[in-house]
Amino acid sequence: MQKTKTTVMIVYILFLMIPIYWLINMSLQPNRDIIGSFTLYPQNLTFDNYRRIFTESGWAAGYLNSLTYVTMNTVISILAALPAAYAFSRYRFIGDKHLFFWLLTNRMAPPAVFLLPFFNLYQSVGLFDTHIAVALAHCLFSIPLAVWILEGFMSGVPKEIDETAYADGYSFPRFFIFIFIPLIRSGIGVAVFFCFMFSWVELLLARTLTSVDARPISVVMTRSISATGVDWGMLAAAGVLTLIPGALVIYFVRNHLARGFALGRV
Amino acid sequence: MATITLENLAHSYLAQPAGEADYALKQLDHVWSDGEAYALLGPSGCGKSTLLNIISGLLVPSQGRILFDDRDVTRADTVARNIAQVFQFPVVYDTMTVRENLAFPLKNRGHKANYIAARVSQIARMIGMEEVLDRRARRLTADAKQKISLGRGMVREDVNAILFDEPLTVIDPHMKWELRTQLKALHQEFGHTMIYVTHDQTEALTFADKVVVMFDGRVVQIGTPDELFERPAHTFVGYFIGSPGMNLFDAEIAGATARIGETSIALDAAYPASGGKVQLGIRPEFCRLGNDGNGLPVRIERVEDVGRHVIVRAQSQAGPLNIIAHEGLRPGPDDTHVVFEPGRINVYVDDWRISPQEENAVPAGGV
Amino acid sequence: MDRTQNNYAWLFVLPVLVLVAFSAIIPLMTVVNYSVQDVLDANTRFFVGDEWYREILRDPQLHAALGRQLVFSFSVLAVQIPLGIAIALCMPTRGIWVAVTLVLVALPLLVPWNVVGTIWQLFARSDIGLLGVTLNGLGIEYNYTRGRWAAWLTVLAMDVWHWTSLVVLLCYSGLRAIPDAYYQAARIDGASRWAVFRHVQLPRLTGVLTIAVLLRFMDSFMIYAEPFVLTGGGPGSTTTFLSQFLTTMAVAQFDIGRAAAFSLIYFLIILAISWVFYTVITRSTKI
Repeated sequence: MQKTKTTVMIVYILFLMIPIYWLINMSLQPNRDIIGSFTLYPQNLTFDNYRRIFTESGWAAGYLNSLTYVTMNTVISILAALPAAYAFSRYRFIGDKHLFFWLLTNRMAPPAVFLLPFFNLYQSVGLFDTHIAVALAHCLFSIPLAVWILEGFMSGVPKEIDETAYADGYSFPRFFIFIFIPLIRSGIGVAVFFCFMFSWVELLLARTLTSVDARPISVVMTRSISATGVDWGMLAAAGVLTLIPGALVIYFVRNHLARGFALGRV
Repeated sequence: MATITLENLAHSYLAQPAGEADYALKQLDHVWSDGEAYALLGPSGCGKSTLLNIISGLLVPSQGRILFDDRDVTRADTVARNIAQVFQFPVVYDTMTVRENLAFPLKNRGHKANYIAARVSQIARMIGMEEVLDRRARRLTADAKQKISLGRGMVREDVNAILFDEPLTVIDPHMKWELRTQLKALHQEFGHTMIYVTHDQTEALTFADKVVVMFDGRVVQIGTPDELFERPAHTFVGYFIGSPGMNLFDAEIAGATARIGETSIALDAAYPASGGKVQLGIRPEFCRLGNDGNGLPVRIERVEDVGRHVIVRAQSQAGPLNIIAHEGLRPGPDDTHVVFEPGRINVYVDDWRISPQEENAVPAGGV
Repeated sequence: MDRTQNNYAWLFVLPVLVLVAFSAIIPLMTVVNYSVQDVLDANTRFFVGDEWYREILRDPQLHAALGRQLVFSFSVLAVQIPLGIAIALCMPTRGIWVAVTLVLVALPLLVPWNVVGTIWQLFARSDIGLLGVTLNGLGIEYNYTRGRWAAWLTVLAMDVWHWTSLVVLLCYSGLRAIPDAYYQAARIDGASRWAVFRHVQLPRLTGVLTIAVLLRFMDSFMIYAEPFVLTGGGPGSTTTFLSQFLTTMAVAQFDIGRAAAFSLIYFLIILAISWVFYTVITRSTKI
């Protein structure tokens, strides 16, 4: 039994890793090797593709822009979702059952046409090409998920804790911040992961709502590719570079994730 | 049904236990007689759940053997042991009806449909759930779910033993009493070997023929409820059983006389001299207050009326003590001393009870 | 958990409502407005009523795209949900491997969507990609830019690669919430491995599966960047899904009115199907 499980796990992880390995493999080869000969590992190891990308301007700024709006989005989403999730987990109120589904429906708008009014809206309130614009727009995706995840963790905290705290003379804000939030720390870790994930990988809104000052990394990447035509090596190197921040984030939150998932309240 | 023998058993959750402190269950030999009802009593963390899981096969012990009759089952899995277990929190199969829940263990073992139907309705009657047999289990209250768990535990007739792991934790107090009575009746009717884990002495003493008291990973005493009350083998048993628990005083013993501080106390037998920490144990039920200057001088601090009797909380030079006084013997304002019934005093050396020298042979007071 | 009736709870939900409504309601109104007009340029538009809607509903090309989209989305669910549950059942539950496995499993989720297309383009190409070269080497004729099946299956494989981990993570978490006593009781009751899954594990996964099914359905129904990068919708229109159709209409042909009417219909289809999933799954757990 355990053996079968391990085998399945290894096969699945290989399935996930081999395409990524291939990307890294190609990013470390010169173009003539990529096209000329088929090799499982770089025969003429070169960092040229990376060097060329870094000498072009805009990379550092692109990273910084992406990380800025992703962080803003995560903070806003969590701050707004905390009280809402608390309400869903503790109270019944008019419309509570449909409210959550309504929140989810905001993920269902096909982006192509909605991009234009989004653009108009953010331009008319003077937020076009700012980090906060992308952060706010991404709230559409991240808030419903954050509310749902946090609600699960909060429902796992017995209600008696609230009542005891009030009986001990805690005010609601003091109780919420000093007692309740520490109890659902791992849940917040999991919610942060999902907010980060959906904001980091989303492209269309981020591209539409920015032009120069807040341009995200993946847009910078596509631009430098199109300038040089089909340049496989550089395309691969650019792909690898956009993988790194995500990989770093999960590496740093891995223990929180493991703990949060182990509580199994998602 | 079977006699369960534990041989040289011990368990540690660590892979390489360094010393005795690393063992959650310290070395133990014991025979659970076929058809008896046992209670496994102790505070949380004393190792009673570990012992239960070893018997049920959910845990393989670090050392020792378990025999069901003559068959070694130490490494056999739960199914092979053919036992039933009821857990602390209700475990029901949410998607099934109450009927399907009760039938599940029988169905998995391939019993015939008409046998299953008959057995299920019999059990449903016992646990009082005939009305709701076709309801889904997930909508029921915690009480009802736990009754289903109990029912599932008892539905198989041929089990070697039924194990209960604090099964009444989530049950309302008035239901607790009723279910316990039912369990006892079931035991008398079917004669299964039952092992009932609890930290509640009332549950243990009313349910079981024999109570096994555990403390700190060790079985400290196995006995009938009367034996635990009158002759606690360990100071922990004295303290844990009884309400309030046994009074203990540091003392010196010389033959049949004990000294607590300045006071001499006559024992009903002579005890051998020994090193170590010597203590006298006397239950509050066997202490009498008086004012004639005999016994241990005390100062009464508080009197609590608990209905049939009163509990007197008092202070002596050797530490606090409790006295239970019945109607007509209520403490007076001038009571200054307490006298112990000589036959009821137990002597402990390093927490373990010691027997008098040549019990029955030595006349009181003589050395 | 027993929840108390308290309509002041709306105050707690208010920040979420304001944030979401800001980005949701005004754009939606604008799109509704577009959909009843013929927009020639920023200042010239005519009111056309429901003409666009009727045209869209009759358009055979769109029917074909909708059909392809439904087949694709249901294939995605049919592969990813069972596979995700199976992988989650195989995940380690304790020890150092938990964190390592979680990191590796979560990695594809953090790849920007156009990069997913790039990775698979490089991986699957029949001349330089490991997958393409291997398959052809094994004697299987494979070229996703020419073969219809090859293209469709490659897009599906890419989506499985990209998103199955989401289902895995959600189900893993759901499985971890099942107390040990349930497994122990099932063992004592003599339940088979299948019975444990059917009666202990699956009933306790319905919550996470609701969300997994909804998210996977919505996102696969709106899939755009990945197949666009990989196949550009080809060969022919094998992998031209609704989103790409819509984008061509809105951006390339700048047919805003028609595209707006189309996206509202599109939105309503997603909404309706999601609602069916939502009620079916939540009902089935409430009986």
